Amino acid sequence: MNNRFIRLFFLLVLGTFLHANAQSYQNAQHHQCLKCHSNQTYSFFNSVKGKDEKRMMNPYFILDTVALSAAVHKPFDCTDCHSSEYGTYPHQSNLKLEPLSTCLDCHGGDASFASYHFERIDEEFRKSIHFQVSGENFNCSKCHSQHTYFATARTSNNVLDIVDYSNKMCLSCHNDMKKYKMVSGHENPKLVQVHDWLPNQELHFKNVRCIECHTEVLDSLKVSHNILPKSKALRKCVECHSADSRLKASLYKYQNLQKRSEDGSITMVLANESYVIGSHQIPHLKIASILIFFLTLIGIIIHSSFRIFKKK
Amino acid sequence: MTANQKIYFYPVWLRIWHGLNAIGILTLIFSGISMQSSIESANLLSFKSVINLHNIAGILVTLSYFLYFTGNLVTPNGKFYIIKPKGFLKRPIQQAIYYAWGMFHGMKAPYPISEKRKFNPLQKYAYVLVMYMAVPVVIITGFALLFPEIIIDQVYAFSGVFVTAVFHSTMGFFISIFLMVHLYIASIGKSPLENFKSIFNGWHEVH
Ligand code: HEC
Ligand code: HEC
Ligand code: HEC
Ligand code: HEC
Ligand code: HEC
Ligand code: HEC
Ligand code: HEC
Repeated sequence: MNNRFIRLFFLLVLGTFLHANAQSYQNAQHHQCLKCHSNQTYSFFNSVKGKDEKRMMNPYFILDTVALSAAVHKPFDCTDCHSSEYGTYPHQSNLKLEPLSTCLDCHGGDASFASYHFERIDEEFRKSIHFQVSGENFNCSKCHSQHTYFATARTSNNVLDIVDYSNKMCLSCHNDMKKYKMVSGHENPKLVQVHDWLPNQELHFKNVRCIECHTEVLDSLKVSHNILPKSKALRKCVECHSADSRLKASLYKYQNLQKRSEDGSITMVLANESYVIGSHQIPHLKIASILIFFLTLIGIIIHSSFRIFKKK
Repeated sequence: MTANQKIYFYPVWLRIWHGLNAIGILTLIFSGISMQSSIESANLLSFKSVINLHNIAGILVTLSYFLYFTGNLVTPNGKFYIIKPKGFLKRPIQQAIYYAWGMFHGMKAPYPISEKRKFNPLQKYAYVLVMYMAVPVVIITGFALLFPEIIIDQVYAFSGVFVTAVFHSTMGFFISIFLMVHLYIASIGKSPLENFKSIFNGWHEVH
């Protein structure tokens, strides 16, 4: 444990130098790890046979270089987290046993990341169904790849992107039978069937995050992390389809979204690339329609009283 | 010969259309308002059932619109809707003056109903606007919202669904206002209920 903190300190000091490595991710073919770990096949020198060999790469060990160089940890090089002994191939077998730092190891108690509330998230995560069922086997990295995670909700100004990014984190496992089975030991329930009570399912999954329905909305966290058991999942349509939609407290609350709507467009609603029946009412149109309705009504009342009066 | 002449204004197909349309439109208005305000219909119907009801009523109105449209193509009824350029503004204004002032001052209706003229000019304009503009727009946008996958994703900065939905509800609103006025104007006759009887039995009495 102590060892890690020393390493982290070392890392942070080196932080400024590290930025040089980000460029090397982009030039994958010449990177000491990515020349193998970004390709479907890899070649190495077989010293027993004394010749080069080409083999298939385990698809789960292929990293996305585009996502790597956009991710929050792009300043790191591979061997800042992984042992530098990976520099040789075949990798030594004892490397499999190497403990890797968790998010909290590096970010816990660090004031420079206070706005992310890592400790609160950890607390919430421990209450979640995933942790309750699978314990320490289910860690942050199951959803957040340390390689590719990018804080989308607080940076993107497009709702659809936020939803897409977030939902892929869940679907990468819930729609991947092998990954799901590795964690749970049983097959994954088909999400399309589980949610068949929801009309326009595809549209919903494009426009709302899974966590909208599967967590409690918390004001103190940007992203609620307590995934509730399915019996507590949100099923009531009007929670979203109403003037005080819960989406306003979750998905639509991000300032990065609101900032964009302030410059130029009519209302905040218009800038959000989505429309929720019942929730998105345009105030001006509402007033206008109430006005027209009552004017018509008054017109009719006046006219009919004349008719009664004049016996017409 | 009796003083009252009867004209068979509303043939059976037209009365069927009108009946279906009335039921459909009323259902659409009430379910539409309920969805828009997401009052759980005083807990009578869940949001989901209201959506289903709205969809079914929408399909009913679409079918009845086809009946109306073909009916007006193949029978002489269609010609009552033709607006002539002559007196394009003068005629409806005269009729409006009659409703607002003339009818209380013993003026005779400027465009009395006859076998050649089923609607007075104001009526004609309103019906054409509603039946050949508002209702088709509502139907088309309604089907787009039923299958939102087919809607283009973005119109400039706005969501395609959003723009479609605003169009849909605005037109729906104008149809509701039309309905209010329509029902009221229908009560202007020899007796307030006379015109309502006609749309049931098909005969219009000319006095
Ligand atoms: C010659 C190709 C090649 C190079 C270069 C390479 N690897 Fe690997 N790596 C592999 C293959 C193949 C595997 C799959 C397991 C195996 O065959 O040992 C693997 C597995 C891994 C694993 C997973 C170990 C496990 O079983 O969980 C890690 C972590 C890893 N490599 C990190 C690195 C790092 C870091 C570098 C660069 C310093 C690197 N590798 C360079 C080919 C390579
Ligand atoms: C910020 C720390 C960090 C950096 C930088 C990092 N890794 Fe990893 N890597 C991890 C962690 C943590 C895991 C274990 C993931 C898990 O538990 O699911 C991992 C797992 C892996 C695996 C096993 C497959 C997998 O995804 O679980 C491979 C292969 C790998 N890393 C290669 C690399 C290579 C190549 C680089 C450089 C391009 C790299 N890593 C950079 C933290 C890092
Ligand atoms: C090895 C230590 C280490 C681990 C493990 C680690 N991080 Fe980081 N993380 C850092 C450092 C250092 C930075 C700052 C990088 C920079 O300077 O751009 C950072 C940056 C971030 C940022 C962006 C902060 C900002 O404001 O720019 C986020 C978000 C983040 N990490 C989340 C995570 C999550 C989630 C995990 C676990 C899945 C994790 N980190 C694991 C060291 C770590
Ligand atoms: C079940 C999946 C899941 C698990 C497990 C999980 N997260 Fe997250 N986390 C998410 C999702 C989804 C987001 C939203 C992604 C986005 O848009 O940034 C998120 C966002 C975050 C953010 C960014 C919040 C912000 O303010 O921008 C941090 C930090 C974070 N998680 C840390 C953690 C830590 C630490 C753990 C482990 C204790 C963890 N997460 C476990 C799904 C998960
Ligand atoms: C509109 C709300 C809503 C959204 C959005 C939603 N869910 Fe659900 N989900 C539910 C409800 C309600 C249930 C409980 C269904 C039941 O028990 O019959 C459920 C059940 C589940 C289950 C339990 C399956 C089982 O039977 O074991 C999983 C897993 C799940 N959802 C994952 C997801 C994922 C992943 C997403 C995002 C792609 C998502 N959900 C989006 C409401 C939602
Ligand atoms: C690494 C795989 C993985 C990821 C990523 C993941 N889950 Fe799960 N999830 C599971 C497994 C496994 C279970 C089943 C636990 C069990 O055995 O009952 C589960 C169960 C669930 C359940 C059902 C709980 C119940 O009562 O049965 C919900 C809801 C759920 N996940 C939602 C999510 C959401 C939302 C996300 C994304 C934010 C997500 N999951 C990400 C693996 C994952
Ligand atoms: C988590 C919030 C949420 C919940 C819960 C929810 N919806 Fe939605 N729904 C949305 C959003 C957001 C959209 C907007 C999609 C868009 O932008 O096109 C939507 C769209 C729709 C649409 C498509 C509207 C159209 O434009 O054609 C229908 C129909 C719908 N919802 C019905 C329901 C019903 C019925 C329920 C309950 C069973 C429900 N929704 C529950 C958020 C929700």
